[in-house]
Amino acid sequence: MADSQQDIALYVHWPFCLSLCPYCDFNSHVRDTIDQGAWREALLRELAHYAAQIPNRRLTSIFFGGGTPSLMPPETAAAIIKHAKSLFAADPDIEITLEANPTSAETLVLEAFAKAGINRLSLGIQALDDAALSALGRTHSKAEAQACITAAHALFERFSFDLIYARPGQTPEAWKAELTDAVAMSRGHLSAYQLTIEPGTPFFLAQARGALELPDEENGAQMFEITQQVLEDAGLPAYEISNHAAPGGESRHNLTYWRHDDYLGIGPGAHGRLQLDGTVHETRQHRAPEIWLDRCLSHGHATQRSTPLTGDLLVEEVTMMGLRLIAGIDGQAFKNRTGLSLGQAFDPNTIAQLTEAGFLETRPDHLVATAAGRQRLNAVIGQLLNS
Amino acid sequence: MTDLSHIRNFSIVAHIDHGKSTLADRLIQQCGGLTEREMSEQVLDNMELERERGITIKAQTVRLEYKAKDGKTYHLNLMDTPGHVDFSYEVSRSLAACEGALLVVDASQGVEAQTLANAYLAIDADLELVPVLNKVDLPAAEPERIRQQIEDVIGIDASEAVLMSAKTGLGIPEVLEALVTRLPHPEGDADAELQALLVDSWYDPYLGVVALVRVKHGVLKKGQKIRMMSTGHAYPVDRVGVFTPARTETGVLGPGEIGFITASIKTVSDCNVGDTITDDRQPAAEPLPGFKPSVPVVFSSLYPADTSEYEDLRAALERLHLNDASFEFEAESSAALGMGFRCGFLGLLHMEIIQQRLEREFDLEIIATAPSVVYHITLTDGSEIELHNPTDYPEVTRIAEIEEPWIKASIMVPDEYLGSVLQLCTERRGEQIDLTYVGGRAMAVYRLPLNEVVFDFYDRLKSISRGYASFDYELDEYRIGNLVKVDIMVNGDVVDALAMIVHRDQAEARGRHLCERLKDLVPRQLFKVALQAAIGGKVIARETVGAMRKDVTSKCYGGDITRKRKLLEKQKAGKKKMRQYGNVEIPQSAFIQALRMGDE
Ligand SMILES: Nc1nc2c(ncn2[C@@H]2O[C@H](COP(=O)(O)OP(=O)(O)O)[C@@H](O)[C@H]2O)c(=O)[nH]1
Ligand SMILES: C[S@@+](CC[C@H](N)C(=O)[O-])C[C@H]1O[C@@H](n2cnc3c(N)ncnc32)[C@H](O)[C@@H]1O
Ligand code: SF4
Ligand SMILES: [Mg+2]
Repeated sequence: MADSQQDIALYVHWPFCLSLCPYCDFNSHVRDTIDQGAWREALLRELAHYAAQIPNRRLTSIFFGGGTPSLMPPETAAAIIKHAKSLFAADPDIEITLEANPTSAETLVLEAFAKAGINRLSLGIQALDDAALSALGRTHSKAEAQACITAAHALFERFSFDLIYARPGQTPEAWKAELTDAVAMSRGHLSAYQLTIEPGTPFFLAQARGALELPDEENGAQMFEITQQVLEDAGLPAYEISNHAAPGGESRHNLTYWRHDDYLGIGPGAHGRLQLDGTVHETRQHRAPEIWLDRCLSHGHATQRSTPLTGDLLVEEVTMMGLRLIAGIDGQAFKNRTGLSLGQAFDPNTIAQLTEAGFLETRPDHLVATAAGRQRLNAVIGQLLNS
Repeated sequence: MTDLSHIRNFSIVAHIDHGKSTLADRLIQQCGGLTEREMSEQVLDNMELERERGITIKAQTVRLEYKAKDGKTYHLNLMDTPGHVDFSYEVSRSLAACEGALLVVDASQGVEAQTLANAYLAIDADLELVPVLNKVDLPAAEPERIRQQIEDVIGIDASEAVLMSAKTGLGIPEVLEALVTRLPHPEGDADAELQALLVDSWYDPYLGVVALVRVKHGVLKKGQKIRMMSTGHAYPVDRVGVFTPARTETGVLGPGEIGFITASIKTVSDCNVGDTITDDRQPAAEPLPGFKPSVPVVFSSLYPADTSEYEDLRAALERLHLNDASFEFEAESSAALGMGFRCGFLGLLHMEIIQQRLEREFDLEIIATAPSVVYHITLTDGSEIELHNPTDYPEVTRIAEIEEPWIKASIMVPDEYLGSVLQLCTERRGEQIDLTYVGGRAMAVYRLPLNEVVFDFYDRLKSISRGYASFDYELDEYRIGNLVKVDIMVNGDVVDALAMIVHRDQAEARGRHLCERLKDLVPRQLFKVALQAAIGGKVIARETVGAMRKDVTSKCYGGDITRKRKLLEKQKAGKKKMRQYGNVEIPQSAFIQALRMGDE
């Protein structure tokens, strides 16, 4: 068995936020009070429950995501990190990331998180413009974001921040200026996401009413191209569709997802992909925070689903995720995960057609999208997997 | 059985919206046919669609009891008729069961195209016409002017036209009196052999096949064994009755009476409308004069938007056919749209109504191809074919000549819009036959190729006249035409469902229009898409849909890969509604939209 399959990454979901952003459809909830003791206990139990099923793994990363995990008590993070290190063999180079919102209150506790063992920060800056921030329903200002970034510089060796572009009314020129601003504040890693309108969110309803003017395909394409260009010039080339890093600064944890390597997900609504008894499994925990909590406390875990992932579904996932990486899919890794060679999994005519059209690269035993292909990845994947 | 002198059989004929249904309701109400509570508005329009669109589709009948000023009680049998030109056939057969008709004219709008057409149908059927001027409650009503107009345009005496308002009830007693005093009573011999006209039939989920009949001579009784004279088939009668409008069994119908029977007849197609029903043991020597069957003139193909609903569509068409034998359907398949049915209709409205009923009553999403007419083609070997579907167009070299159907159309329109209406008719290859002015309105009579009318003539006429023009037509003759088949191609592949037969002079414009339209409908793809119109392989118009610039979801999902997979599944589901043309996929919806091109 290949070495990478003994590695494991851990995702911890913290489902609470101070308020809900109108574009967001993550598993996020607002609560007046949270029984912090119970939540800590529940997360620790669920972690132990899964760890028992996958002995002898090497833990390479932990990611606290949300919701807003920077709102969790730093002691909780510390307890989880400690417990995880005791259940698995921790890689000495382990990457431990915390997602944080850049409000002043959260800035104040960053130091405590650093002490708890967090060694990488991912800040939800979203925009560097006060009007845009308030349009996105964010509770922080540009000044607060900047203060938070300054604090992060002092406290963390590695940090990244998220930006959302192609916002209502945003022009390519304005985005270019904003992104250039952002580069100056960055340290080795940046994520730039194009705003996606998710069904059921307030933005979705506003769009349906005609109250949300989004940039059209052409402007969206230009902003995507600007993002690639500006960040590449700044020494932060894309290593994934929306993620940019200085060489060596890539998020180790997120690479696990894209490479479809094993990861464990705990907390409400968390997903995992794990080899159990030699088969890849898809796991999902109960989504509703209170149900999750009750189950964990009464049964030791709140698994809603743990099913083998095989055949076409597995090929689909590995392909969808892998093609997002600039490095693409390695034929050997693909075969290790799916049991199929690239040649067996895909129709050679489709591959030839997409290659000729300039959407796929010609690299032996690799499946790699070109820049043009990544920019149209949904359609490319559609062709690859539907033919 | 009612004494002949106490029966009046009548129809109401009118242009659409002039108040026929409302008047019928009033008459029923006044005669106590229904209590106030039972009286829902427009009781005779009972199909949901009729109610919504305010048009009567199926003729209905109702027997009213009316105590007249002379102290006697009369049975007034009211046949409601459709007002629209597509259903003139149904109008005629209702009229065949009557001795008279109320001609309803909106006192603010005056005589319209269908007023004329329906009045002439009544006059042709030898009916006594009683004009009534409706809507006199409206401030815009001009009863005196309209009275004059009726005399000028239709040529009947309108001096005693009844002024009324179906809305307020004003004049209703006078209308009822006029029915009794001005219409002739039916004639007939109760002792003669049974002769009853089969006026209509439909399928009732509880009763099975119901036949609406008008007894001319003899008596029709429950238990009697009847014979259909056209087929010779005999059936024992289960039920005999009338609608008041509630279904009421009377057990017997005598001469002059209109009512229904049920006789364990299996399907509606066993009831040939216009047939004569007689007694099986003592048959009449001769059938009554029938009327010629309706023939579909407009054809279109119907496909389920979801290809898996093909069998459901078939079942729905069969169900509808039980009630409306005047449309035809036949299975066919198309590369662009899958399996479906080629259907024939009496006209455009008829087509639209069937489509809407399929969607509404059977919850099916339907794709309809552009309506087409029946062409007569003579082949070089001398044989002749009837072409119902552009897809079946023979190879050009085998065609000696093509004939297309022409209609005679009457258009009534206020003066100010006349110019644009005449221009429209000319654009559509129309030939003027007549142009007259009556009371501020012009009446233009044109010969027009039907294929120009099925395209989008109605809609254009409505929009250029701001809805004031009214239109009516009858089939005229077949004429040789300079016609060609225009194919639409996507990346070089012909889209069968979009083929059309048009006049040579219009081929280019129509082809270009369709390509332009498709260009807006075909979503951008990884590859460029060429849209072309061609005649026999020669390209006459071309548009290109540029390749897509960007299509990638960039949001971060954490480890929730399942969501990403869902996107792919959605794509796959969408793909079921896609058609592959070379390396591009065109959503079926693009074809559907393109086919609705007449709608703008
Ligand atoms: N003001 C007024 N409106 C009427 C009168 N009779 C009918 N209407 C209205 O005219 C419209 C068409 O009437 P309807 O009976 O459906 O016409 P039909 O198409 O001839 O059956 C409806 O909105 C009626 O309410 C009337 O006497 N006065
Ligand atoms: C788990 S979410 C949010 C974490 C944190 N609570 C915050 O708001 O910063 C991670 C990132 O996804 C991105 N994101 C969330 N919703 C999005 C949407 N509808 N379209 C594009 N990006 C989105 C945002 O940049 C966000 O920082
Ligand atoms: S974007 Fe972040 S802060 Fe806003 S609701 Fe979503 S998870 Fe919470
Ligand atoms: Mg009506």
